[in-house]
Amino acid sequence: MDILTLFVIVPALTVGILLFTKNLRQARLTALAGMLIQTAMAFHLLWRYWQERSAGNDAVMLFTKDKLWFPTWGIHYHIGVDGISVLMIMLTSLIVVAGIFVSWKIDDLPKEFFISLIMLATGVFGFFISLDLFTMFVFYEIAVIPMYLLIGIWGSGPREYAAMKLTLMLMGASALLLVAILGIYFHSSPDGHYTFNILEIAKNAAIPPAMQKIFFPLAFIGFGTIGALFPFHTWSPDGHASAPTAVSMLHAGVLMKLGGYGIFRVVMYLMPQGTLFWTDFFLVLAVIGVVYGAYSAIRQTDLKYINAYSSVSHLGLVLFGLLMLNKTAWNGAMLQSLSHGFITALFFALIGMIYGRTHTRDVTRMRGILRIIPFIATAYIIAGMANLGLPGFSGFVAEMNIFVGGFLNNDLFKQTMTVLAASSIVVTAVYILRVVGMMIYGKPKEEYRGIPQAQWYEKTAIYILIFFISAIGMIPSFWIKFIEPGVENFLKPFLH
Amino acid sequence: MSDYSWVIWIPVLPLASFLLLGLFNRYFRKEPIAAYIGMLSLGIAWVLSLYTAYQYYFVSGIQNGKYIPYLPFRWEWLQFSDHLSIELGTLIDPVSVMMLVVVTTISFMVQIYSRGYMHGDSGFARFYAYLSLFSFSMLSLVLANNLFQIYIFWELVGVSSFLLIGYYFEKPSAIAASKKAFIVTRFADFFFLTGILLIGYFAGTFDIETLNSMQTLKWIGAHPGPVFMGLSAVTWALILIFIGGAGKSAMFPLHIWLPDAMEGPTPVSALIHAATMVVAGVFLVARLFPLYYFTGDGFTLRIVAVVGAFSALFAAVIALTQEDIKRVLAYSTMSQIGYMMMALGVSGYEGHEGMGYMAGMFHLFTHAMFKALLFLAAGIIIHAVHSNYMKDMGGLKKYLPVTHWMFLFAALAISGIPPFAGFYSKDEILHAAFKYNTIIWFTGFFVAGLTAFYMFRLFFRIFYNGERTYEHPPKENSKFMLFPVVFLGILTISAGWIFTPFSLYVSPTREPFSYEVHYFSPLVLGSVLVALTGIGLAYLMYYKPTDYPSRVARAFGKLYFWAKNKFYVDEFYLFVTKKIIFDKIARPFAWFDRHVVDGMMNAIGNTTLWISEKIKFIQSGRMQEYGMYFIYGVVFLVMVYYFFNF
Repeated sequence: MDILTLFVIVPALTVGILLFTKNLRQARLTALAGMLIQTAMAFHLLWRYWQERSAGNDAVMLFTKDKLWFPTWGIHYHIGVDGISVLMIMLTSLIVVAGIFVSWKIDDLPKEFFISLIMLATGVFGFFISLDLFTMFVFYEIAVIPMYLLIGIWGSGPREYAAMKLTLMLMGASALLLVAILGIYFHSSPDGHYTFNILEIAKNAAIPPAMQKIFFPLAFIGFGTIGALFPFHTWSPDGHASAPTAVSMLHAGVLMKLGGYGIFRVVMYLMPQGTLFWTDFFLVLAVIGVVYGAYSAIRQTDLKYINAYSSVSHLGLVLFGLLMLNKTAWNGAMLQSLSHGFITALFFALIGMIYGRTHTRDVTRMRGILRIIPFIATAYIIAGMANLGLPGFSGFVAEMNIFVGGFLNNDLFKQTMTVLAASSIVVTAVYILRVVGMMIYGKPKEEYRGIPQAQWYEKTAIYILIFFISAIGMIPSFWIKFIEPGVENFLKPFLH
Repeated sequence: MSDYSWVIWIPVLPLASFLLLGLFNRYFRKEPIAAYIGMLSLGIAWVLSLYTAYQYYFVSGIQNGKYIPYLPFRWEWLQFSDHLSIELGTLIDPVSVMMLVVVTTISFMVQIYSRGYMHGDSGFARFYAYLSLFSFSMLSLVLANNLFQIYIFWELVGVSSFLLIGYYFEKPSAIAASKKAFIVTRFADFFFLTGILLIGYFAGTFDIETLNSMQTLKWIGAHPGPVFMGLSAVTWALILIFIGGAGKSAMFPLHIWLPDAMEGPTPVSALIHAATMVVAGVFLVARLFPLYYFTGDGFTLRIVAVVGAFSALFAAVIALTQEDIKRVLAYSTMSQIGYMMMALGVSGYEGHEGMGYMAGMFHLFTHAMFKALLFLAAGIIIHAVHSNYMKDMGGLKKYLPVTHWMFLFAALAISGIPPFAGFYSKDEILHAAFKYNTIIWFTGFFVAGLTAFYMFRLFFRIFYNGERTYEHPPKENSKFMLFPVVFLGILTISAGWIFTPFSLYVSPTREPFSYEVHYFSPLVLGSVLVALTGIGLAYLMYYKPTDYPSRVARAFGKLYFWAKNKFYVDEFYLFVTKKIIFDKIARPFAWFDRHVVDGMMNAIGNTTLWISEKIKFIQSGRMQEYGMYFIYGVVFLVMVYYFFNF
C-alpha cells in the first residue's frame, strides 16, 4: 500500500469502526485515534517529501501512483503530491484533530456526527492527493455532501435553510465545474486519446485558446464559489452561522481552501491562455471580495457572521494572489490558504467555546469576558491580531507576499488593484478591534459569574492552532521551501 | 576592532522577559519577581547599549574620519524575489546607537518606576510583559537594516501601544483610546506599506544601506519612475512613508490618538507616548534621510518641514488651554516632535549644512530625557492627589519637594533655558530653521514662547497657586518612583552641554564635525528672551490665584474656545468614520450583500421552486395524457428535423 492511498484508507476505516461505537466516549476516542494516526502520517509525509526533494528528485509530483479505473473513459485513480498538497494535508489533519477536541462534549447523535465529520475529511484528503480530474471531482463531491447533514442536523438557527442554500450553491458550482472538466477532457489530447490526467493535459497543451476562453470562467466560478468568490459567496455566512463549531472550523479552515487549490492546480495550469484572457475581470471580482468582505464585516453583530465575512475578505486575497501570476504572489496565496486555515479555525473554535458559555453570539450583548474566561479571551485577541496581519503571525507573511508579488507586476492596473486590496488591512483592524472592545474588554456582566474556564480539550485545540499560526509567522522561509517548487512548476505555462 | 556581536542581546533580552512573563504569567503572580525579571533584562540591555555607544563613538566607530556601519547580525527572514527580501538584522550606525541609548535608558527607568507606580495592581506581571514586548519591538525597530524590518516592528510597537493604552481594560475611555490609537496608526501604516511597495518596485531593494548609497540615489535620480501629479513615483513613495511616520509621530492631522493615549498608565505615557515610540516617525525620516534629501530635489523634506512646524504650533496652542496635566504634556510632546520634524525638513546634507539633521536628532535625545521626566513626575503627582486635573492641585511644593525641583528642571529644559538640555538642541533647530526660511523659523520661535508659557502654567498651577488642603496629604513615598525621576533630572541638567557638539556623534553624512554655541548671538538671545517672557507671563497669571486667566480666556473668545476643543479635529474624524464609513459605506455594503447578492441567489432558488410548482401537474399519472405529450413531442421533433435539414 502506498503512503498516499493510506490518507484515504485511514479515515475511511475510521468511519467504518465508528459505525460500531456505542457512545460518545467511544466515538470521540475512535475519531481522535484515527485522526491522530492521520496527523502522524501527514508529518511523516512532510518529512519524506523533504527527503525526496533534498535527494534531488525534481519531479512535478512525488509518490505518484496510477491505476486504471474506468478504461472506457480513460479515468484513472491517479495520485501524487507536491509540497503544497503536503502542507494542505497537514493543515486538514490538524484542523480535524482540533475539531474533534472542540466537539469533545457533543451530546446529540455523537456517532453520526463524527462519521459525517470524518467522511468530509476523507473527501478533502482525497481531493488534495488526486491528479486525475475525475477522481478529484468525485472526492470534491464526497466532501460537500456530508456538509448538508452536518449543518442540517447539528446546526443552529435557520439550519435547514442554510444547509440547503450551501448545498445548492455548491452543487450549482459543481455543475459548471463538471461542464468545464468535460470541456477540458474533450480537448485534452491532440490525437483523440482523451485523458483526465492533469499532468498529461498540461504537457499536451492541446486545448485551443478559444475553448479555454469559454471553459476558464466556468471552471473558475465552479471552484471560486467554494473559495468565496464575490458574488458567489453568500452561502458562506449563512452556512457558517448555522454550522456546529467543528464544522465551521473544517469548513472555513479547509473546505473553502479547495477553491483556491483547485484554481491553482487545475484551472490556471490547464488553461493558461484562458487565464491571461480573464485575469483582469476576475481580479476586479477578487478585489471587490477583499474590500467588500471587510466592510461588510464591520456592520455585523453576530460573531460568526463577522468571521464569515472576514473569510470572504481573506480568501479573496488567495484568489487575488493567484491572479497575479508570479512566484511571490503565488507563494503568498498558498501561504494565505494555510494561514487562513489555521486562523479561521481558531476563530470558529473560540466562538464555539464562547457561545457554549454565554449562549449568545451577539457582540453587543457580551462584555468583559477577559476577566471571566481569560484563556479563551486572550486566545481570541491573538486570533484577532493574527487575522489583522500582525507580524509574528502567519497572516502577515502571507499578505506581504501577496502584496509585494502583486506590486512586482509591471502593470499599473495590477499595482492599483494591489493598493486597493492592501487597504483592507485598515478595515480588518476596525472590525477586529470592534469585537475586542465590545466583547472582550469592559466590565464583565453580572450573569457571567460561575461560567466554566477553558477545559483541557479546548486548550489542546487552541494550543495546536496557535502553535502553527506562530510557526508560520515566525519562520516563513521554512514553509515557503515546501511551497516554492510546486509554485515554480505550475507557473511554467505562463513563462513563455 | 570589535565585532559588536553582543548587540543582538539588546533586543533579545526584553523578548525573553516578555515570553517568560507572558507565557508563564501565572507563576509570576508575586510582584517583585515579575518586576525584577523585567528590570534585569532591561538593565543588562541598558549596560550593553552604553557599552556599544562607548565602543562605537569613542573606540572603533570612526575610520578615515567617517562613522562606518556595522552589521553584526543578519538573517534572511523571507525572500520575495531575487532582489527583494525581508532581512532581520542589527545595523549599527550613529543614529541607531543613539536610539539604542535613548530607548534602553528610558525603558529601564520606566521599568524601575513601574515597580512603585503599579504596586498592588492585579495585572502586575501582565504590565511588565507588555513593557518588555514594547522594548523588544522598539529596539528591533531602531536596529533595523531593512525597510520591511522597520515595518514589522513598527506594527509590533503599535500593538504594544494598543495593549498598554487599553491596560485598564474595564474602563470604557481606555478601550476607546486604545482602539483609536491602533486604528489611526494602522491607517497611516497603510500608506507606509504602499510607500514601501513603491520603493521596492522602483528602487529594487528594501535594504536601507543600499537605498541610502550614492549609487542607488543616482540610479533613482535617473529612473524616478512614472510621474503622477507632477511628482515622480519615488517621491510619492517617500511622501507615503512620511505619512506612515506622521501617524506614529502624531503629526497633524493624524495626531488625534496621542492625547487620548493618556488613558494608559502614566509610566506607559512616559515610555511610549512621550519618549520613544512617538519619535519613530522622526527616526524613519532620519533613517532614510539621504533618500529624502536627494529624491526630487528634497521636495518631500519641504513637506516634512511644513507639517512639523504647523504641528508644533497647532499643538502648542491647544496645550495652552487644556486642564488635564497629562493632556498638556501630550500636546507638548506633539509640539516638540513637530520641532524635530521641522529640523529634519530644513536640514541640508554636507558638513555644516547638516546642522538641522543633527539638531533634530539632538532634540530627540534631550527631549526623551526631559519628557520622560515630566511624565514620571506627573505620575508621582497623579498618584499623590488621585486626579489628572489641575483644578485638584496647587501648593504641592511643600508635599512633593523633590518632584517640584525635578519638574522645574524639566520645564526649564523644554522652555530652552541654558544650561538645561533642551536649550542646546532647540537652539540649533531654530538656527537651522532661520537659515532655511523666515516663516518656519518664526513659527518655531513663537512656539518656543508658547511652550515656556504653558509649561510654567502647568508648573505654577501644580506646585504654587496658593495653599490647599488635601484629605490625604500627598507624599513621595516610593523610592522606586523617585530614583528614575532624580536620575533623569540629572540628565536633564547635564545632557545638553556634555553632548554639545552633538554633530561629533550624529550627522547626515556620518562624518563628524564640530560647531560652537554662540550664547550671545541675537538669535540665541532672542529665543531665550521669548522663553523668559513666556515664563514671566505664566508667573503673573498663575503663581497666585488671580482672575487673569479667565479674563485672558474671555479676551481671546472664539480662539480660546476652539483651542480648548482641540479645533474639533476629533469631531471631524468622528463624522467621517461614524457618519460616512460606518453609515454610508459599511451599512450599504452589508445591506447590499444580504438583499441584492444573496437576494439574487434566493431568487434563483425561488424561481426554480415556482416553476416546479407550476409544472408538477404534468405528472398526473394518467396514461392517455402521457401518450398525448408523447405524440406532441414526436410531432415537434419531426418538425424541427424537417425545418433544419431541408
